[in-house]
Amino acid sequence: MFPKPIHRSAAHWQVFYQGMLPLVMILWLLPLIAVAIFSIKPAVDFTNGNYWGWPSSFEAVENYGKVFFASDMPQYLLNSIYITIPTVIGAVALSCMTGFALGVYKFKGNLLIFFFFVAGNFVPFQILMVPVRTLTLDMGLYNTKTGLVLFHIAFQTGFCTLFMRNFIRALPFELVEAARVEGVAEWRIFWFVVLPLVRPAIAALSVLVFTFIWNDYFWAIVLTQGVENTPVTSGITSFNGQYRAAYHLMSAGSIVAALPPVMMFFAMQKHFIAGLTLGSVK
Amino acid sequence: MSATTQHIKAKPLWNKQKLMPWLFLMPGILFFAIYVIFPIFQSFNISFYKWSGLGEPKYIGLKNYVKLFGDRAFEISLWNNLKWLVLYLLAIPTGLAIALFLNQTVTGIRLYKSLFFFPFVISQVVVGLVFTWFYDPTFGLLNTILTFLGFAPLNVLGDPTLVTYGIILAGLWPQTAYCMILYLTGLNTVDPDQVEAARLDGAKGLRMLWYIILPQLRPATFIAFVVTVIGALRSFDLVSIMTNGGPFGSSRVLSFYMFEKALSEYGFRMGYGAAIAVVLFAIMMVFIVYFLRAMYKQESEPR
Amino acid sequence: MLFNVKKTVVAATTSTLLATGAFAGSHALSGDLVIFSDMSNPAPRAVMEGMIDRFGAMHPNLNIDLTVIDRENMKTQILNFTSANAPDLTNWYAANRMIPFVDAGLFEDVSDLWAEDEFVNNLASTKGALTLDGKQWGIPYTYYQWGVYYREDIFKELGLTEPTTWAEEKANCGKIVASGRACYTIGTKYLWTAGGWFDYVNLRTNGYDFHVQLANGEIAWTDPRVRQTFANWRELIDMGAFVENHQTYSWQESLPFIVNGDAAAILIGNFAVAPLREAGLSDDKLDFYQFVSINPDVAMAEDAPTDTFHIPSLAKNKENAKEFMRFVVSAENQTLINAGNALGQLPINAQSAVDDDEFLNQGFAMLSTNSPGGVAQFFDRDFPAEMAGIGMEGLQEFMVFPDNLEDILNRLETARADIY
Repeated sequence: MFPKPIHRSAAHWQVFYQGMLPLVMILWLLPLIAVAIFSIKPAVDFTNGNYWGWPSSFEAVENYGKVFFASDMPQYLLNSIYITIPTVIGAVALSCMTGFALGVYKFKGNLLIFFFFVAGNFVPFQILMVPVRTLTLDMGLYNTKTGLVLFHIAFQTGFCTLFMRNFIRALPFELVEAARVEGVAEWRIFWFVVLPLVRPAIAALSVLVFTFIWNDYFWAIVLTQGVENTPVTSGITSFNGQYRAAYHLMSAGSIVAALPPVMMFFAMQKHFIAGLTLGSVK
Repeated sequence: MSATTQHIKAKPLWNKQKLMPWLFLMPGILFFAIYVIFPIFQSFNISFYKWSGLGEPKYIGLKNYVKLFGDRAFEISLWNNLKWLVLYLLAIPTGLAIALFLNQTVTGIRLYKSLFFFPFVISQVVVGLVFTWFYDPTFGLLNTILTFLGFAPLNVLGDPTLVTYGIILAGLWPQTAYCMILYLTGLNTVDPDQVEAARLDGAKGLRMLWYIILPQLRPATFIAFVVTVIGALRSFDLVSIMTNGGPFGSSRVLSFYMFEKALSEYGFRMGYGAAIAVVLFAIMMVFIVYFLRAMYKQESEPR
Repeated sequence: MLFNVKKTVVAATTSTLLATGAFAGSHALSGDLVIFSDMSNPAPRAVMEGMIDRFGAMHPNLNIDLTVIDRENMKTQILNFTSANAPDLTNWYAANRMIPFVDAGLFEDVSDLWAEDEFVNNLASTKGALTLDGKQWGIPYTYYQWGVYYREDIFKELGLTEPTTWAEEKANCGKIVASGRACYTIGTKYLWTAGGWFDYVNLRTNGYDFHVQLANGEIAWTDPRVRQTFANWRELIDMGAFVENHQTYSWQESLPFIVNGDAAAILIGNFAVAPLREAGLSDDKLDFYQFVSINPDVAMAEDAPTDTFHIPSLAKNKENAKEFMRFVVSAENQTLINAGNALGQLPINAQSAVDDDEFLNQGFAMLSTNSPGGVAQFFDRDFPAEMAGIGMEGLQEFMVFPDNLEDILNRLETARADIY
């Protein structure tokens, strides 16, 4: 193993290492820790210029309470949920199918279509902005969660197809062969043979897509407006606009906005990491 | 039409086989074509018009592109994008360094790995806000630390020479976390036998890293490179949240400038914005093609 | 003859009845009314909601749907919703900011509303701001003065009095800087506050007509008179009059400097009074004066931006919307919403009462009697949007790097050639 496993080093190195770990970590997370501290301070601390001192009182409940009960934040969170979950379902479903088609069958144009999906995933959003906005307006879906969901499903299909196709290709093909020899219909092979095998990939992909969509800001501001439909990423800017210079509230709001993907990450870490690397490293 | 290889089929299945993949592909291709492929061409088209987004578009040929050449803001954006491209790559060695640091099996290392990783999971909007407060000239942690150490305070986000670097630093935070994870996973696949053999030969430290470890990490490095480049060119969220392109446009990047020109309150120039997007797309295409070619080479190898 | 007179009398009576009937709200509306408002700051938001409540009480069968959009976001969103799924009413700004929508046919022509008695008699002063091509495209609901709000107690401490000439202004400023403070706080992160300074220095140096011509693209930015404006402005900048790092702060974030005494004054609109009072500046600490005269030959003109309501041409309930507009401009409503504890601004209806508030009284007096030069709408409304954007960026840059003036003026001039 590289670097040299610490157990093999002298005891003082081990102690040093164990001591360094938390220090380096605090340094790494310093900006976040700062925001967390801000979010539990009372407003007076800020008007008095007491930014980094010990909080004069602990107002966590009050600050977070205001965020949850006296602002539009709950609505933004709900919107994010309504936008993210259908996208995950849609994108994963579509890409299972496309990944299956591209991974199992050999036909002319297979690689070309695959490359289209891959290339499309790396395209800068801006090249899509004006036409997608016009399309959404024309379909009457402007400023609806549906409009945003449809776009996200379409765009994420690129990345998800890359992912699923690679995963499916790595499956033992004999299973499909065997099923075919027995005369099983193709769609049944898809549903009963392949899908159960790709469950870990589906889990990884779902977690990843959830994070990407939840954190999306650009399309939220292009395709939605107002409290009813905008997700938490652009909601937080309105929230901050409303409470400008109320740093304790803005910090609490930011932490609340960041929380769901973080919680999901800690719960499904394995899948997350598998997802990020599986699709890339064979 | 090539029939599927690998095994013999009964005749009726052969026809179905031809059709099947397309049936599975159809929904995905449809969505993708409508929302991604066609819009790319549509944007190309719009870039030849003058359109405020409200009235009728007016055809003006290549005039938008001609304007781009003389546009100061465009030049600044290009330069900033270049800075982003180059400096963002620092995420790769930094990510590797942290991965190496964490690649031990002491108690609690899993928790540390998670905590190190989690800046990537946070929305860029929140990252931007967090760093804005970090840099704030009145109460920001940066200035508190600097003055504590005896240095003069800085106004990073208000200084046109420092601002882009400040934003890039903010972006490096989650990006390094991503590279770190790639390398951590890659380090797990390093062949232990090779490492032991090299150790017996007396190799250690940097020599070991350079000659034995890094070559085995090549796939991870490749992905890290591609993702970092794409991320650098996409840097919209951070610029929008932290400085809105300011001060006086000095932190603008192409992705943000395009949005400003097309959709912001002083914009209303959709055609011009589309032209900027086309330029950005062209730059990205270089990297996309590079990535695809590498993938193609991988694909051409026997399974 | 008699026949005709009778007809006229009948006609006159009917129309009066109809008119008063409309204002009494006696014929209740039904159906829907969808309003998108950008009154997102706390005090204006409460005002908007209050108006909805009162209007709703007058028309119980009317289903009113209010969406409050963040003021900055509105500037993007309005592009989208005026072209599709339009509400019946939206806030926006007057003067040249209306141009893109009027040109694209997205605002409803409400000249018929302006021909009604109430408008003709009591709203004459703001008509110009809502007029393009001889027609009116919206209604005002408030306007507010701009001027210098200063710390009365700091002035007393340093023995200063309200200046009326440029020389007095600079003398005051010199003393303030010597005492370790900045003369003016300002937050230029969102650029338009720098536009306010330019407006005033230019209006005082060259006058209202020149300013309007510059806004209409008729005068070059490299013109020596424009340079004179910048030269005057520079005198203050070189003195260290402005707080540092203002390009990092929004106007709200710039207020703490005057609240805790690090700056002695701020050039801003009356909307800043509410947050200043809330931050603890009582009326004995805060006072107001009209921006000084620089060029004694030039008549004083003020910035008094008007905020507005418009009906998108794709709206579905235009009659309901027009009724709401009548309600908004009515004298009683105007008095209510512009009171010191509501918007704290000036009513646009001549019959309304100006709330008895120190600043509103001074502002009202200033605008009614002491601005013979005219009333401008503010930099980012008088100048067409694109010019305003590029212009304000240049102004912000000038404030931080005054030596870049040549470069800035050339850039603005190139933009002018391109835009107009």
